Amino acid sequence: MSLLELAGVGKQFRGLRALSDVDMSVSEGEIVGVIGPNGAGKTTLFNVICGALKPDSGRVRFAGDDVTGRRPEVLARAGMVRTFQLMRPFASMSVAENVSLAAQHHTRGAARLRGHAMDVVDRVGLAEWAHRPATELPTAGLKRLELARALAAGPRVLLLDEVLAGLLPAEREPVLDLLAELRERDGTTLVFIEHIMAAVMRLSDRVVVLDQGAVLATGTPDEVTADPRVIDAYLGEEPTTHADA
Amino acid sequence: MTDTATTGAAGATRATAAQAGTAPPLRPQNRQLLILAVLVLLAIPLPLILPPAQGAVAVRILIFLIMAVGWNIMSGFGGLFSFGHAAYFGLGAYTSAYLLVEHGVSPWVGMAAGMAVAAAVAMVIGYFSFRYNLKGAYFALATFAFAEMLRLVTTSTDAVNGAVGYQVPLIQGSSVWQLQFPAGSPAYFWIALVLAGLAVAVSILFRHSHAGRYVVAIRDDELAAASVGAPVMRHKLLTVALSAAITAIAGAFYTQYYLFIDPQLAFGSSVSIEAIVTAVIGGIGTIWGPVVGAVIVGSLSDVTATLLATPPEFLGFLQGRSGLDVILYAVMLILIVRLMPKGIFGTLAGKISERRRR
Repeated sequence: MSLLELAGVGKQFRGLRALSDVDMSVSEGEIVGVIGPNGAGKTTLFNVICGALKPDSGRVRFAGDDVTGRRPEVLARAGMVRTFQLMRPFASMSVAENVSLAAQHHTRGAARLRGHAMDVVDRVGLAEWAHRPATELPTAGLKRLELARALAAGPRVLLLDEVLAGLLPAEREPVLDLLAELRERDGTTLVFIEHIMAAVMRLSDRVVVLDQGAVLATGTPDEVTADPRVIDAYLGEEPTTHADA
Repeated sequence: MTDTATTGAAGATRATAAQAGTAPPLRPQNRQLLILAVLVLLAIPLPLILPPAQGAVAVRILIFLIMAVGWNIMSGFGGLFSFGHAAYFGLGAYTSAYLLVEHGVSPWVGMAAGMAVAAAVAMVIGYFSFRYNLKGAYFALATFAFAEMLRLVTTSTDAVNGAVGYQVPLIQGSSVWQLQFPAGSPAYFWIALVLAGLAVAVSILFRHSHAGRYVVAIRDDELAAASVGAPVMRHKLLTVALSAAITAIAGAFYTQYYLFIDPQLAFGSSVSIEAIVTAVIGGIGTIWGPVVGAVIVGSLSDVTATLLATPPEFLGFLQGRSGLDVILYAVMLILIVRLMPKGIFGTLAGKISERRRR
């Protein structure tokens, strides 16, 4: 049974059709990559799924419930957790406080909460930064903080918006390992937007290609990269330049 | 050999760090509550030591303090900038005065009722402001407009004595239940001290509670907070209600202390400005900012009042004029915002923690 299901989802901004008639289904424990050129509607799709934006049409179902238009905090508490492409740390808090805030809706007791937060901070490799202000983190650190905060929130499905962007190739490896481990160990379902094709190929069970707000193709990484429409719309324009952007 | 020595040393430091992490000396809220207890204890003998005129200043400082603590919860912790806290101060003052004068209800009950009314009103205004996404200057303007509206409504409503306001009926002798003592009695200071101490304690406990942390996270980034499960609307409403209730305490006590309230004193914009200036000068969003600010602004308001009443010769032109305090507030605000944007306490605390980390 699918954990997350979109049927005919559409969203317009004034004249611009950001999403049109998007159907998508993600099974429990699956890893789905979302790719597409800039402006294809990938982040808008996440915003609609997570409740930050209400769709103009269509339904979003999560774990069997119709959750269309539910508020983000309600969905987050139900286990639908996302990260932001542009990092949004809580600027007045330390790294550990940022993470523990995300865990406090399911963990009671100051000591347990602190322990849980430190485990997560450690897991993403930010232990040394734990008690520093979040704003002092470099870009790569902020990306990890986004991930740590999402993990601490207790995700059933994790929606990752370009967690690898801005990381050096050497910094990407541990993040990719962590994502793979999340599925293996915690059974977390992952949906991730990514421009770095190597990561998409390596991690995804299935890839959804968006173009101009519509689903252009869906399939295994190999199927999708061989699809002439995908090559034409996205891959044709040298994926390597995308990777470094 | 050297390798093992260095790893050993690194291991040792890590072990001490881990120990420090699992058993910190005191949780921040306990440390702050302890400091508060010491401050309150130190303040107890003040009315016995100070000359009577200064005793009155001390009471005024405590009233400023309660107002600023209230304002700081909503506008400092919550980042919801209020330009109309006179509304809640005035609701506290008028609810207690009305119940006392018209129905003979104890000012304590009146204070509690005033807190409830202020909290309820704050939630209603808050709900509509948040529902329709009023932010920043627009939200501030809405709060200002609401306070002004209350001032005009009370001024023109005969049921609450219109522009005349209320005079607290005098009783014989003193009574804690009636919250009335002979003029200059230290009891006023002690009661205000207890109220102010409670207000600061509530602000400390709230700041470090789950709810308080959500409030700060929502201030920092609303969507990010919601995305990790922070119930946004509920926490904003909680913040404005708590803030209004605390500010109403100041209003109810003010009425009992000065034995008089009218629409201008209760709902006038200078009340809102005093709450803002006190918290901003001390340090917005900090626990101790309102305390530091109240001592400074409260004393200053007395200095300016004296200057206007009996100016020294070279300032003779000030005789009998008014508004000097507001001019001074404005100048101080400009200086603080320019030189110490985090306020006096906020800036000093920032410097200290920076040095400690080096």
